[in-house]
Amino acid sequence: MSLAHRIIPCLDTDGVRVVKGVHFEGLRDAGDPVALAARYNAEGADELVVLDIAASRDNRPTFLETIRRVAEQLAIPLSAGGGIRSLKDARGVVRAGADKVTVNTSAVERPELISELSREFGAQAVVLAIDAKRKTTGRWEVRVRGGRGETALDAQTWAQRGVEMGAGEILLTSMDRDGTQSGFDIELTSTISRAVSVPVIASGGAKVAQHFLEIFHEGAADAALAASIFHNNTQSIRELKTFLQQNSIAVRLPC
Amino acid sequence: MIVTLIDYGAGNVTSVARALRRLDVEVSATNSPAEIDEACCLILPGVGHCAALITALNKHNLRQPILGAISREVPFLGICLGLQVFYTASDEAPDLPGLSLFPGRVSLLPNSVKLPHMGWNQLHATRESCLLQGISPDAHFYFAHSYAAAHSGEETVATCEYGNEFTAVLEHNNLFGVQFHPEKSGAPGAKLLQNFLKVAA
Repeated sequence: MSLAHRIIPCLDTDGVRVVKGVHFEGLRDAGDPVALAARYNAEGADELVVLDIAASRDNRPTFLETIRRVAEQLAIPLSAGGGIRSLKDARGVVRAGADKVTVNTSAVERPELISELSREFGAQAVVLAIDAKRKTTGRWEVRVRGGRGETALDAQTWAQRGVEMGAGEILLTSMDRDGTQSGFDIELTSTISRAVSVPVIASGGAKVAQHFLEIFHEGAADAALAASIFHNNTQSIRELKTFLQQNSIAVRLPC
Repeated sequence: MIVTLIDYGAGNVTSVARALRRLDVEVSATNSPAEIDEACCLILPGVGHCAALITALNKHNLRQPILGAISREVPFLGICLGLQVFYTASDEAPDLPGLSLFPGRVSLLPNSVKLPHMGWNQLHATRESCLLQGISPDAHFYFAHSYAAAHSGEETVATCEYGNEFTAVLEHNNLFGVQFHPEKSGAPGAKLLQNFLKVAA
């Protein structure tokens, strides 16, 4: 009896359709979020993340409608994010059916947003997403605006600050690995995971089952997230979980 | 049968309503004391901070109607924070008294583990249970909390182990509580809600 390591498919959307890109660029259509949500719910995903990576103001009502339609398909938790800049934005997302709100750029610009969300919804509902880029110094820099914006923030320092301010979880994406399918960044993930008291979701670079085994074993990840390998059936969630269980990783196999 | 959801503004009311409607029952969400007085089956969902829940119950004058319904033996299910308020108090909001239906305090899980306790965990049954009937002992349920009730009381029917052992499911006459979120716990969660509806029918 122990807490299962979570497998989390991620739907990166333009508000309406699921899109995919390499290194946060070159987007192309990858399907209908509602159909994918229904499939992942049935296949044993532990949670789902849906992001509006366009996050334009004009598109807000459309994204909320997408959240609503996705949530209707799910008997598992849903995190939603992209463009959440205020408590009001977050309320909309929660009312649409999200269990957690994910913040990234807006939290870097105004860290108090994390405390405001945490006070209203509880720490368990606040996910701080960090896009981390390796520096020549061996540390990681926080990137914003989908990876294009540089900051002076150190990823570990920012993760710790975010937790102090009330984040209940860190969604950690390696910008160096994202889209490469060369495996999660073990060093980044284990550094951050051991430095904070909250669960860490590893993201970026997954392709094969072995990558997940490594990130749970050596990377100290509490959950692992991937997108395209699930969308295009490169990796089945069921087979992935069976593989992990055979390798002594606690997972939830639907019974 | 109509299930009445006590809607004090918690984030998970929508999800609980949705999960119940999938089981083909009528759901009514309310914060009106009069409607709680009339209800024949009540669910108190909860997620977030304990102070928010207790403050809202006080503000909307829901404390007496809830206690009244429980003493009239109306089937009552508390989810997550909805279970925690059954106790005398919570260390999360030490100045705000709970419903004191059971002795004991709700306290923070030990910091030897990552908090919140977030994700899918299994249960350990301590005695026979209505809610868990027909559910595999290996089933996982979705938890998202940092505080929990100790398992010292007779009301506990199943515990969960995370940092320490705490009450995951409680049953006492018409009173039921679950620390996890059945509305987010896939098929076993749906089965548990169905079991509650069966008791309530």
